[in-house]
Amino acid sequence: MGRDDLVISARSIFLNKGNRQKFSLLTLIIVSLIVLSLEYFKTGPINQFRAVTKDAVSKTSYFISLPFLTLKNAYYGVSNLLKSNEENKQLKIINLNIEELKFENQFLKEENIRLNALIEEKRLFSDNYHITKILLDQESPYLRSIVINKGFKHDIKIGSAVRSGPYFIGKVVGVNYLTSRVLLINDLNSKIPIIIEPNGTSAIVSGNGSKFYGDIEYLPEKNQVEEGHIVYTSGADGIISSGIPIGKITIKNNKKFVKFFTDFDQIKYVKVYFKK
Amino acid sequence: MSLFANRIYSKTITSLPTLILFLVVILGLNFNIIYKNYDFIINLSYIIVFFWSLKKPEHLGYGLIFFAGIINDVVQSLPIGISSIDYLLLSVIGAFIRNRTIIYNLIYDWISFFIAILIVGSINYIILISIFKISIVYESLILGLFVTFLIYPIFFKIFVWIDNMVLVRENDKKNR
Repeated sequence: MGRDDLVISARSIFLNKGNRQKFSLLTLIIVSLIVLSLEYFKTGPINQFRAVTKDAVSKTSYFISLPFLTLKNAYYGVSNLLKSNEENKQLKIINLNIEELKFENQFLKEENIRLNALIEEKRLFSDNYHITKILLDQESPYLRSIVINKGFKHDIKIGSAVRSGPYFIGKVVGVNYLTSRVLLINDLNSKIPIIIEPNGTSAIVSGNGSKFYGDIEYLPEKNQVEEGHIVYTSGADGIISSGIPIGKITIKNNKKFVKFFTDFDQIKYVKVYFKK
Repeated sequence: MSLFANRIYSKTITSLPTLILFLVVILGLNFNIIYKNYDFIINLSYIIVFFWSLKKPEHLGYGLIFFAGIINDVVQSLPIGISSIDYLLLSVIGAFIRNRTIIYNLIYDWISFFIAILIVGSINYIILISIFKISIVYESLILGLFVTFLIYPIFFKIFVWIDNMVLVRENDKKNR
């Protein structure tokens, strides 16, 4: 290929708009580079514009994906219905003394409040939460995350804990005006300080991409952690409140994992905590 | 069929590649696979952009490719603009191959696609790691690109079928 040929080809590719093209490739690549470089501005009007754009795209994507979501929910609805009969039989066998457990829980909570007051422990964490819908739950190789329908208009801040029912599922990593992104606990980048009860062993639970299990890091070599022990958030980071159940310990090939209580495929609504 | 309905149908058919690309990015239809500890993605959008830029760029506008990239970034929570650059670079490589090639065949396209996704994947990796400090498992990225390369012929056949059966028939109808 001659040098002139190459120059003619390059000119034709980058500058010619071609049939039914409104923009040349060079123009669009330059625009993309400018848009990418704007990522450096984390405050000010550019950040606000980006937040509004993200809100608009998230909401539009949600409305477009509604028919597909309906199909997905119908599938899970039918499969849950098929399972429920079997579950019902099992629940009848297990003697669940819920009333007694409720009173015990109430007593322990009140005792905890009294003891905290005695040692003048300051309450760092908020009990205020919004129940919100999940707008998007696309899986990405880089992020296991969801987009929720609450943003900084609703006092959501980066780091806020997110629960599905009573269980911890992740924390807020990005806040827009009306929507926020939640990094799920099973994401590769997620590191959550935990406490394993009943022995009170501290460690870190780290995501590995699996929907069912999480890795446990920094577990002491001589630990008494056994299968079935319950994993809670420890609150050691000062952002996520302590005592939120995450999962239970399971041992596979002499390695300890956390088996999550939550089925990440079936989350529709979450609780997101906020401080005013 | 009435004239209006016919026109709508014709418009939908000729916009099919664009519709497929936007559905893939909006709904996140890229197949996400977890194998052992490797979480990798089969990037369908790469196949769509490369194929249509190479074969029929008039059915997939560059401006729309740019917007699809922006949407993909918001949905996947990547720095806004990175997917647009990826897609536009694929279009550049596709256009370059189109300019230099007289006869097309699957093997030639397949090898070109492999080179194209390696270039785009490398640029993507360098930008995300060195500028935005986003941690990516290198093995997952390579595995994803390799599997995307492997399944290219399947989508090649599907898109050629769409092109031949639908778009050509539609053009014939217009010429009549």
